[in-house]
Amino acid sequence: MMKLKKSFRYSMQRSIPIMVGYFPVGIAYGILMEKAGYNFIWSLFSSLFVYAGSLQMLMVTFLINNVPLFTVMITALLLNSRHLFYGISFIEKFENYNFWKYFLIYGLSDENYSLLCSYKENEEVVEKWVHIFSAGLIWFYWILFSALGGLIGKMITFDTTGIDFALTALFVVILIEQIKNSESKIPLITAMISSVLWIVIIGADNFLLPSLLTTVSVLIMWNGKKRIFDTKEGE
Amino acid sequence: MPITVEQSILIIGICAGCTFLERLLPFLIFRKGQIPSLVRYLGKVLPLAIMATLVVYCLRGTTFDEFGNFVPQTVAVAVTTVLHLWKGNTLLSVIGGTVVYMWLVQMVF
Repeated sequence: MMKLKKSFRYSMQRSIPIMVGYFPVGIAYGILMEKAGYNFIWSLFSSLFVYAGSLQMLMVTFLINNVPLFTVMITALLLNSRHLFYGISFIEKFENYNFWKYFLIYGLSDENYSLLCSYKENEEVVEKWVHIFSAGLIWFYWILFSALGGLIGKMITFDTTGIDFALTALFVVILIEQIKNSESKIPLITAMISSVLWIVIIGADNFLLPSLLTTVSVLIMWNGKKRIFDTKEGE
Repeated sequence: MPITVEQSILIIGICAGCTFLERLLPFLIFRKGQIPSLVRYLGKVLPLAIMATLVVYCLRGTTFDEFGNFVPQTVAVAVTTVLHLWKGNTLLSVIGGTVVYMWLVQMVF
């Protein structure tokens, strides 16, 4: 019981940077929906069910323009295709979490993925519950801020320009931690070169999927050439 | 509302379904105990590669035509990094970097 409480408090602390980052993005989403003619109840439920920030922003234009459902599907799959790679690192871990596994998969957003990646062993807490609480908390923030945006978004008068940098800063911090703890820098160098190359080739708006596919291919080739990581059973 | 309630629900439902499907797919393909060593290897190396890609993705709006389009993010990333290497406190690094960024985009550029 004590451990459960500590796990919750720990998750709460870890989720604060995401709360700061979600605030302006969620509010902006709620306002966009409101302007398109969808009140806060629509924002609340779409954040509850979709839970994918960038796709939801685009979804507003789907709604306004009544985009054909097939186009919606293809665009959604392409925009979120990075999520295909997220689960790969947690297949074994989630397998032990019974039905909570599906909740964690459902909540596997960029922000939650970054928290999962940056988890470090800690005697004081229960890892399973830290992941569940963290996923639940940031999902809740997203839903709350989206609904608030629709409800009172226009009443917010202080200038929040740039506050969404909080999510970038969080990713930078987690990247630093990953670099510190990694056995090899090859994944980092590969991803950096591949991202920049693809931005030059097809532009900043569409680089994500080709870049990730290139990175995965290069990393697979590296594995074939030389075992840079110990990947024996049970690891 | 520009379109019917049914059509709106369909569009939102498709977005929700596609998102969950993509998050679920690796778990459907690979089961515990039958994970090929290649996938196990990818599971180990991908987090670093993906976090690096996500940082680039967040900064994709950067251009070098005007100071205001690259100085704020460069300085803010540097502040975040230095704070983090110095103190190692995630919340401090994130808030420090964000405050500097907001100040730069609102007051300076």
